[in-house]
Amino acid sequence: MAFDNLFSEIVFWALAVVTIGSAALVVHLRSIFRAALMLVVSFLGIAGIFAMVNAEFLAVVQVLVYGGGIAVLVIFAVMMTRDVDTGNRSTAVQPVALMMGIALLGALAYSIVQAEWALLPDSLPGPIATVFVETPTQLGRLLLSDYVLAFEVAGVLLLAAVIGALSLVRERHDA
Amino acid sequence: MGETLAGNVIYRNVYQFVQDLLGEEWSWVAYAAAGMAIILLVTNAVMAIGTLYTWFERRLLGRFQGRLGPNRAGPFGVLQPIADAIKLITKEDIIALGADRIVFTLAPVVMLAPTLLVLAVIPFGAGSWVADLNVAVLYIAAVSGISTIAVMMAGYASPNSFSLFGSMRAVAMLVSYEVPLVMALLGVTVLAQSMSLVDVVEAQALPFLIVTPLGALIFLAAVSAELNRAPFDVTEAESELVAGYMTEYSGMKYGVFMLAEFTNTVVAGAIFAVLFLQGWEWPILPSHVWFLLKVAGFVFVAIWVRATLPRYRLDQILAVAWKYLFPLSLINVLLLAAEIIVWPEPSTAELGIMSAINWAVTIPAAVLWSKVVSLRTAPPVAAAFSTEGR
Repeated sequence: MAFDNLFSEIVFWALAVVTIGSAALVVHLRSIFRAALMLVVSFLGIAGIFAMVNAEFLAVVQVLVYGGGIAVLVIFAVMMTRDVDTGNRSTAVQPVALMMGIALLGALAYSIVQAEWALLPDSLPGPIATVFVETPTQLGRLLLSDYVLAFEVAGVLLLAAVIGALSLVRERHDA
Repeated sequence: MGETLAGNVIYRNVYQFVQDLLGEEWSWVAYAAAGMAIILLVTNAVMAIGTLYTWFERRLLGRFQGRLGPNRAGPFGVLQPIADAIKLITKEDIIALGADRIVFTLAPVVMLAPTLLVLAVIPFGAGSWVADLNVAVLYIAAVSGISTIAVMMAGYASPNSFSLFGSMRAVAMLVSYEVPLVMALLGVTVLAQSMSLVDVVEAQALPFLIVTPLGALIFLAAVSAELNRAPFDVTEAESELVAGYMTEYSGMKYGVFMLAEFTNTVVAGAIFAVLFLQGWEWPILPSHVWFLLKVAGFVFVAIWVRATLPRYRLDQILAVAWKYLFPLSLINVLLLAAEIIVWPEPSTAELGIMSAINWAVTIPAAVLWSKVVSLRTAPPVAAAFSTEGR
């Protein structure tokens, strides 16, 4: 990588702080609208980390899908919600939710630390190196050959969702 | 990042200079400084052009409407943008009572950010671009989507129903037009067989405006909607909504919104020039001059359309996107994909055959489909109140 080590360290830590800090604010902020905006910041931070590890395609798709699509949906849902500024009241479920959260965090941290990461060597042989340069081409080929079934199933699922949404909001003329 | 920038002359010179000054172990400072130098240059140059463009637009609108337009500040009123900027900066900066102050202040910044981020991938001339990303086309679609969030922030943070209505309209429109826009970009990607904008320019033995007129038409329509330009400017329709999501903004915050809007038009012109007009490639004149001329050409057409067409109603705008542009964009992509299967590496002659086929499909398709889709329906509110057919 052409990155200087110290520079990439700085960038990484900046991104990490932004991502995790905004994720923490999502939980802590009282106004749901601001929380939704912090969620967007968190998504963008993750996109930055993708870009840092040379996964430009994933980074761009992260911005496109999460920063654009999902964020707009979430904010729309927030705008349709009552009592946006007061936030959640504490309920009896809170301790249980806290325990579940800590358990999930523990499980994730444990599996990340314990996993044997198959790290790539610094200098890759030619054909493998091109995969990293031409990610979109390679991904496209794979999606339309080896994984075409999953691709088509996802398409059918989305079509079903669109038709379902349309039939829900359709005006009825029989009244 | 270092790799993508290594070919840039300014980057290399600044990097070399700082490294000689500070020594080998401070090379990360050199990276940062060289990057900053390029960011400074590109953003300021483009924003200056965007500012100059406000004068261009107002003068041209004046001509189209049979009046003079700004003509007092400087020769032909060319210093008018500077006068405007001084006025906006010295104005009182009002944040309305009951506004969400932080979100309200951040909204203009978030609005301007995607405009400047898009500049990173645009090749302005032979060999002068900031980064030749291999996902540049997708990058443009992704980054420009962020402005939707800025509109929502502005509308929601302002304690004003007009702002909220304006931002709701804007979001409905932006989300709808993203679909035909991305499909038009997809058509170009299929033709060039690459998402890198440099490759797209180099793939154009013939301008893609000639090869894929339908794609260019859809892109033009969708991009004017994304830019909130007439005839799609319902989000800030003065006669209905005061100024839409910008109603509560004053002073330089309003100025930043306007700057983003005008710079966006210039950037859209640059994208159009790259995708459909062979980018910087044309003979005799230097490449940067050609590029600027092409951008000016696009901008002229945009102003012309704005001065000519009346505003659509919101339901008509959404109908245009979903019933007209979307099916046409599907036809366009299917057609181009089929042609690329027949001619995988199109030569200039084959591109000529393609363009003949495409023109033969485009004109009947666009005309016939416009006969099928009718916009002459009553607005939904009127329909709800009418007793007809009940």
